[in-house]
Amino acid sequence: MPWSREQLAERAARELRDGYYVNLGIGIPTLVANYIPAGMKVVLQSENGMLGMGPFPYEGEEDADLINAGKQTITELPSSSYFSSADSFGMIRGGHINLSVLGAMEVSENGDLANWMVPGKMVKGMGGAMDLVAGVRNVIVVMEHVVARDGMPKFKPQCELPLTGAGVVDMLITDLAVFRRHARKGPFELIELAPGVTEAQVLERTSARYRSALG
Amino acid sequence: MTTTASAGKADSGKVYASAAEALAGLLRDGMSIMCGGFGMCGVPEKLIDALRDSGVKGLTVVSNNAGVDDFGLGKLLLTHQIRKMISSYVGENREFERQYLSGEIEIEFNPQGTLAERIRAGGAGIYGFYTRTGAGTRVAEGKETRLVDGDTYVLETGLVTDLALVRAWKGDTEGNLIYRKTARNFNPMMATAGRVTVAEVEQLVEVGSLEPDRIHTPGIFVQRIVEGHAYSRRIEQRTVRKRGPNAVVA
Repeated sequence: MPWSREQLAERAARELRDGYYVNLGIGIPTLVANYIPAGMKVVLQSENGMLGMGPFPYEGEEDADLINAGKQTITELPSSSYFSSADSFGMIRGGHINLSVLGAMEVSENGDLANWMVPGKMVKGMGGAMDLVAGVRNVIVVMEHVVARDGMPKFKPQCELPLTGAGVVDMLITDLAVFRRHARKGPFELIELAPGVTEAQVLERTSARYRSALG
Repeated sequence: MTTTASAGKADSGKVYASAAEALAGLLRDGMSIMCGGFGMCGVPEKLIDALRDSGVKGLTVVSNNAGVDDFGLGKLLLTHQIRKMISSYVGENREFERQYLSGEIEIEFNPQGTLAERIRAGGAGIYGFYTRTGAGTRVAEGKETRLVDGDTYVLETGLVTDLALVRAWKGDTEGNLIYRKTARNFNPMMATAGRVTVAEVEQLVEVGSLEPDRIHTPGIFVQRIVEGHAYSRRIEQRTVRKRGPNAVVA
C-alpha cells in the first residue's frame, strides 16, 4: 500500500530532531506539524515573519494580522517572535533553519528540484522556495512518486521543468519509497519502501538512476 | 538635540488628513511604487484606494503579492493602472492571470528572500549583493555570478522606487512606526527604499506616546503619515481548530 498524504507527512516527521528550527511548505509538508513526536521541541518558522508558529486559532479567535506563509490564520506561542521578511530570509539563507520540507513537481537524480513553474501555464511565482532550498542545509522533498494523470515518473534523470534549485535535495519521500543522498554528492540511495511496495515496483516507476541500500 | 516649546505638540508637517491628500503631488504616470504587505496582511489598503481614485497609470509596482480580485493591488489591476509587477507570488488573482496570459501586464518574479534583500539593500545604499538563491535557475540568467568555495552566487541589485507605501499598526506624528505581528512583513524595508515614503497607520498618536525602544521604523524614513479608518480585517484563508484535547494543527 502506498503511503497516504497523512502517512507521507508522518514519515517526513520522523526526520525531525529535538531543537530543530523547521520551515514547512504548503500542502503535505504543512501536515508534518501534526506528527511532531510528543515531548520533542520543534520550532516552526513561517517565512512571512514569525518563529514559533502555534496551532490554528479556535473559531472566533482569528487575527487578520497573524497568518502563516500559506495565508492561513494561526496563533502565537509564549516563545514566538515576529520579524521582517528581510530578517526572515536572513535566517533562511544564513543557514539558521535546520530543515526545510517542501513539495515538488520533479526531482532529478542529482538533486535538482522543480516546483514553481510549468512553461505555457499561468505562473504564480516561486515565493520563498528558491531561498529555502538554497539556504537550508537539509532539504526534504515530499511528493507523489508519479504524475497522477499519466503515471509518468517524477523522479527523473533530469528535470524538464524550470528549476527551483540545482543539486539541493537531500532526501526524497514519495508515496512509494524514501531516497537519501549524503552531502549532496553521489547518487540517491533507496533506503525504505512503503509497506507492501516492492523494489521492482519502485524501479518500474522511476526513471532516475539510484542505488539500492536495501538488503 | 532638538526641543520644542510645547512637547508632544510638535508639528512635523508629516501628518495628512486623508490618504488622497497624503499622495497629492507625488503621483505621475509611469512611476515606480513599492507596496507593503503579505497576502491581505499589512497592506496599505487606504493608500491603494487613493492610488486607484487618482487614476495614475503605467505603474511599476514592487510588492510580494498582487492582491486578490477585490482587495489591495487587485483593485489597481481591475483599472489597468499597473504595467509591471515585481513580485514573488501572484496566485489567487484571476484578473492578474487574465492580464498576464493576454500580455497586458508584465511580471518580474523575484525569489521572496531576494526581493526582501533587494529592498533592504536599496534602502541602505548597497548597490548589490551575491546570493546562492536562484543559482542554476532561470532567475540567474543574464546576471553576473561568482564561484566561492564551490558554491555559485548570483549578483542581485538593490531596489529603490519613486514612492513607497507602507502600513503600520501605530505611528506618531514624527513618522515613527510600530507594526503588529505578521503584518510587519515587507513594510520595514520598503519604508527605507522609497524616494518618498507614505505610511498608513491604524492609530496615529502624538509624539511621546510610543516607547522609543519599541520603534520598528524610525521616522526619518517616513515623509508623510495618515491614519486609516474602518479596516475590513479580511482573512484570505480562515483556518480554525476544534476545541478538544486531540486538536491538531492542520
